[in-house]
Amino acid sequence: MSLLKVENLSLSIHGTPILHGVSFEMAPGRVFGLVGESGSGKSLTAFSLMGLVPGGARVAGRAVLAGTDLLAQTEAQMCAIRGRDVGLIFQEPMTALNPVQCIGDQVAEALVIHGAATRDKAAGIARERLNRVGLTEDRFPLTRFPHELSGGQRQRVCIAMAIALRPKLLIADEPTTALDVTTQAQILDLLRGLVAEDGMGLLLITHDLAVVSGVADHVAVMQAGRLVEEGPTEALFRERRHDYTRRLFAASAHHPERAAIATDTPLLQVQDVRRSYALPRKALLGPAPRVEAVKGVSFTLNRGESLGLVGESGCGKSTLTRAILGLEPVQGGSIRLDGVPVQAGAMTDALRAQMQVVFQDPYGSFNPRWKVGRLVAEPFHLAPAPQAEQRDRVAAALEEVGLTRDDMEKYIHEFSGGQRQRIAIARALIVRPKLIVLDEAVSALDVRVRAQILDLLAALQASHGLSYLFISHDLHVVRAITDRVLVMQAGQIVEQGATDTVFSAPQHPYTRQLIAATPVIPTDWMTDDALV
Amino acid sequence: MLRYTLSRLVSLGLSLVVASLVIFAVIEVIPGDPASFMLGMNAADDTVAALREQLGLNGTLAERYLAWVGGMLLGDFGVSYTYRVPVADLIAARMQVSVPLTVYALVLSTSIAIPVGLIAAARQGKATDLAVMATTQMGVAVPNFWFAMILVLIFAVNLRWFPSGGFPGWDKGVWLNLKALTLPAIALALPQASILARVMRSSVLETLSQDYIRTARAKGLTRTQAVLRHAFRNALIPVLTILGLQFSFLLAGAIIIENVFFLPGLGRLIFQGITQRDLIVVESVVMLLVGAVIVVNFLVDLAYAAVDPRLRARA
Repeated sequence: MSLLKVENLSLSIHGTPILHGVSFEMAPGRVFGLVGESGSGKSLTAFSLMGLVPGGARVAGRAVLAGTDLLAQTEAQMCAIRGRDVGLIFQEPMTALNPVQCIGDQVAEALVIHGAATRDKAAGIARERLNRVGLTEDRFPLTRFPHELSGGQRQRVCIAMAIALRPKLLIADEPTTALDVTTQAQILDLLRGLVAEDGMGLLLITHDLAVVSGVADHVAVMQAGRLVEEGPTEALFRERRHDYTRRLFAASAHHPERAAIATDTPLLQVQDVRRSYALPRKALLGPAPRVEAVKGVSFTLNRGESLGLVGESGCGKSTLTRAILGLEPVQGGSIRLDGVPVQAGAMTDALRAQMQVVFQDPYGSFNPRWKVGRLVAEPFHLAPAPQAEQRDRVAAALEEVGLTRDDMEKYIHEFSGGQRQRIAIARALIVRPKLIVLDEAVSALDVRVRAQILDLLAALQASHGLSYLFISHDLHVVRAITDRVLVMQAGQIVEQGATDTVFSAPQHPYTRQLIAATPVIPTDWMTDDALV
Repeated sequence: MLRYTLSRLVSLGLSLVVASLVIFAVIEVIPGDPASFMLGMNAADDTVAALREQLGLNGTLAERYLAWVGGMLLGDFGVSYTYRVPVADLIAARMQVSVPLTVYALVLSTSIAIPVGLIAAARQGKATDLAVMATTQMGVAVPNFWFAMILVLIFAVNLRWFPSGGFPGWDKGVWLNLKALTLPAIALALPQASILARVMRSSVLETLSQDYIRTARAKGLTRTQAVLRHAFRNALIPVLTILGLQFSFLLAGAIIIENVFFLPGLGRLIFQGITQRDLIVVESVVMLLVGAVIVVNFLVDLAYAAVDPRLRARA
């Protein structure tokens, strides 16, 4: 018996076709995984089913949910179906809740809107649903506001809201992508529990094959608006019949070829660094309380080495990074780059030119009104060079990262996310630094693009003798690109060592917890070729 | 919330002290001696000296500042050099016109602007929205004294619905005075409402693109419900800022409109004080206006906190 039957779903926006005849069928009490890269149409598939498509969109086909064709409903009828028969959970728990309304009201609203309960009764049901998602009354009264909760807790509120009316179908669009691995594991557990115990069908949309392998009963792979392959999870993972599926899997398990160029000469020496912030005052007068974000961290990064720094959000890795870049003062300890002290406010241009950084967001880290040539040339103010030479060096840097000389004359919006990250790398390379800090530099990229960027980084390291400080929450990536790794928790380095050793025989309980929480595709599902 | 209010109160007090110091200093450095101005060009030196003594212009800076501030705290703003009556009485009489006029204009502008802004945002790009945008563009561009004269021409001269100017005084009854203030309030409200409606519209549009609106729609709210229940309160924050600024502007910025309608308001009082070198009046009215601005800002801060729980928590 089927819960949802989608037949020939097509979508075009302002005449541009986005989805091409998507068909699939979901059973109640099962998890259906929809995987694909960004722009493949996964989310728009969900929004089309819900009637929440952007202006100028035309939807065609059929989508029958328990006897009702969702695509044939009027907007008023869809309002009655949304929330009652279908619950939706989104990617960004930080912004998915109304900041000026308490969580109890937001969960209760779903009940009140559908006339399922009076205002008083709705509060009681909201309480019960919040308990169900693990937010107990003692710590999470209904009067809490979203800003008082962490990302994982907010996602639980969103789930409570989506299941308030016990819908038949739950659609979760990248529900754990913005969360840390341990929180991700908890949320996935919760979703699995809801499906098993309450008999809902779950449509899980994600780019993460490992997440799908652990949760979904059935998987469909989407590419450019088409379902290219679908089947029971294990069978699909083992067989990988479609070429695109094979490429996707290969990219997600990709380990770049790395030449061993690490030396024993120290480049970056971090000695007992402490960094604390003042919190808002508790009393009107009197000292402001302080929080220690980095509590005495020491490590050395050698020339030609690639060092990973992993930890969950809030562990202090970003704070430490800003201190290393000389952007913020430290309250104790010392940082030396090639023997020269790094101190916020007392950085020479020559010292800054020695280290460059590539950030996570390939969209926000460029001035949209400058041409690429000027963007890439910007670090030249640290290490001046004649105009003519600058242009040649910008062109050379662009060619080195796989772009062309002509790209200098374009604006940044003309490039894809992966190309922008290449431009960011070119900008970092232009003044020939010794150290490049990669702050979640591949986290926002799709697996295939990520694999290409990792290859590029490996190649550049070998040809330029670069050292990398690779900061990430993604253990797969750190494992693929680093020689040594530091594990950071609550402002301290709790474990460090050769990457392979740390990952295969973790010593610290926190490292073990992180590795255990990281979703992996079972190795015996992927034995046939060079994927493992 | 209590800590937030206290911290805002402390900053309110500090702002008032700093403002009084600045106003006092500025008045001190302005050239022109009120005593010689009052007595005319040919007055004898000893007469001027005697008047200076009488006006209390001879003490040290600190003495005069403290006397001024101390007096104001007790409700004594001194005696006007030219009118020879207590400044407090002058101000009180003028406030009976200016405060009702300001409140009238603000009530008009917000009660028009907020719904209009909401509707325009909800119908973005459609005919209603375009009409609102065009009308408010004109509302901002048209000089309000010209608009005031048009109002007088139509509603006072031709239709005779409202008086063309003057203010009967509150002892003549509320109705007459409200009628007298209606045309000036409309003239003042037009540009304010136009600005406010545009701010409201863009603020609501910004809020509508937020993720929590999508969440609300996924819960089953209609577009209108999502706007009213979730976008409205979040969109109010920038509107409150503008509203605070408009209040302060209206209180003293109505000089031209007061002149068009022959209204004895604060704006005219300060204008006369300046032309007649009546520094004690100028000083007091400016201080009062600055005080009003600071107090309104304080109230706006409290309103922010009432709307946004994140501010209550921070402070």
